[in-house]
Amino acid sequence: MTIRTAALRLLPVWAVLFALLLGMFFVLLAGVNPIEAYRDLLRGALADVFGFATTLVKTTPLLFAGLGVAVALRAGLINIGAEGQIYLGGLAAALVGLYVRGLPPLLHVPLAMLAAFVGGGAWALLPALLRLRRGVSEIITTLLMNYIGLYFVGALVSGPLKEPGAPYPFSPPLAPSAYLPTIIATTDAHAGILIALVLAVVTYIVLEHTPAGFQVRMVGANPSAAAYAGVNVGQTVIIAMVVSGGLAGLGGASEVMGLKHRLFDAFSPGYGYDAIVVAFLGAGQPLGVVATAFFFGALRSGANIMQRSQGVPVAVIFAIQGLAVLFLAASLAVRHRIFRWGGRSRQPVAASPAQAAGVSDPE
Amino acid sequence: MGGVLSERSGVLNIGLEGMMLTGALAGAMGSYFLGGPWMGALAALAVGAALGLVLAYLTVTLGANQIVTGVGINLFALGFTTFVERVAIRPAGIEAVPSFAQLAAPELRAIPLLGPLLANLTPLVLVAIVIAPILAVFLYRTPWGLALRATGEVPRAADTAGISVFLVRYMAVAAGGALAGVGGAFLSLGQLNLFSENMTAGRGFIALAAVILGKWNPVGALAAAFLFGAAEALQLFVQSYGLGVPYQIPTMLPYVLALAVLAGFVSRAIPPAAEGIPYQQEER
Repeated sequence: MTIRTAALRLLPVWAVLFALLLGMFFVLLAGVNPIEAYRDLLRGALADVFGFATTLVKTTPLLFAGLGVAVALRAGLINIGAEGQIYLGGLAAALVGLYVRGLPPLLHVPLAMLAAFVGGGAWALLPALLRLRRGVSEIITTLLMNYIGLYFVGALVSGPLKEPGAPYPFSPPLAPSAYLPTIIATTDAHAGILIALVLAVVTYIVLEHTPAGFQVRMVGANPSAAAYAGVNVGQTVIIAMVVSGGLAGLGGASEVMGLKHRLFDAFSPGYGYDAIVVAFLGAGQPLGVVATAFFFGALRSGANIMQRSQGVPVAVIFAIQGLAVLFLAASLAVRHRIFRWGGRSRQPVAASPAQAAGVSDPE
Repeated sequence: MGGVLSERSGVLNIGLEGMMLTGALAGAMGSYFLGGPWMGALAALAVGAALGLVLAYLTVTLGANQIVTGVGINLFALGFTTFVERVAIRPAGIEAVPSFAQLAAPELRAIPLLGPLLANLTPLVLVAIVIAPILAVFLYRTPWGLALRATGEVPRAADTAGISVFLVRYMAVAAGGALAGVGGAFLSLGQLNLFSENMTAGRGFIALAAVILGKWNPVGALAAAFLFGAAEALQLFVQSYGLGVPYQIPTMLPYVLALAVLAGFVSRAIPPAAEGIPYQQEER
């Protein structure tokens, strides 16, 4: 790996740094000293045990859902629907937690997680089928499914699942045997992060080192070549999409089982949308996703502190994320051009979404 | 409408949602600070066009992935508009901005079912209805329209015929952004009289579905948009008469309809051939 390719590999880092730099300008507009604001952000996210625990709590759903989006991305699919899949996963986990009683935690927790995987996967199945059978872009369908999922869960917790007499729409608490255990005493940090990390490693191994993963990557890089080589493209697309939705569903389960212990209306503050950024900036690589999920978890956790101490709205983080995505997309395109002009590649620029998102196999 | 324009030139505009949202904010602020809803609509137009130019620069000039770029624009717009609302609108205590007058008389608005539909009938609605046939004539009956469609179908041939593919795509995306911006301003100046966080709530994507359902034809898209609008009106109606169902069930309606429509009709719809593909002149 030459210095040049190393610098190119680090493009996402540059994109984020650049976006953070521009973000300072927004902070300045809010009438706050950006250096102080960022100092508070950093301190809030990492400096003490509570901040760090909050960072872990926020990283967990981002990591699950980010892995999900990444799996789809590697198969050449853009799953914008992680948010809806989070809701359905959370719902499925809550149902198992509420209505299945008398199981030991060692059985109850995996059962609820499995239900969440199925729930999230089912929510992703319809867009996958529509794409295959009808040629409808999964981008639009998964997005529409987000709103349906959000309102579906909202309707259930306002109606049949609502705790009697509750002031807001939320369900009764789950059976304690379905709780994910706390991993740092006196904080909210729960075992969801450990499960997510294990799954990141598993996803990495499956994608990079098994025939099934190779098929997924082939379909993502060039579906017609994959079909020519005997890969069942349709089946691969469905499996990748269902696994993608399932992973995002686990993110919802970890919120419900680890943090809230009830099913709330609108319980996800847009984790599914952040997950798209997490997956893109992580270049679709599971281990890259771990890094970006942690980074954005820290941003979210620190941004709350920054809002409290400096009065800078949390929303500035979303603007920074959007900018980072734009910078990355632009710099990737420029990189392709440089290679073309250098005569190193005669391929047309970024034909598939997976390539365009900078998803390539490590050479 | 905005979607039809940019997609016909071969640029898929996922950023429509963000452009609408930013347009909604610009509309509200423009109306408040520049005096009057028409200035607001103008501000929304300008801001939408500016975002369109950003999208065009990234996707047409740099050849960046159109989907990723659109997602980036949406995220940025969501964060940016919420941020501005928090630091500029809320502290200033602005509770309502001057907005468009309602055209329908109060008696008309009292009609059940049709009432809520008529209540939102503002000049902007009429503008939207008028623009569709104008756009159709432009696309199908003028040399510029032909150039635009050619660019979206076979950019190489258009290039050979002396059309600047870059220029056409730039103009189409900018104009599309401008229209989306005005669409957003309709929400903040016609419906709510104020900007609220994420007030577009996926309407940009419903608009994309309307483009597909309308088969990339302006009049078709208008009809499709009408259908989705009717679903939303029905939703408001069910909500206001409270039929004993949680409000979320009717709120889902437009999204479910969009999905059903995509599932049922799209197989026969063929998008512009060169949609989503960056064009490189030097490519051989």
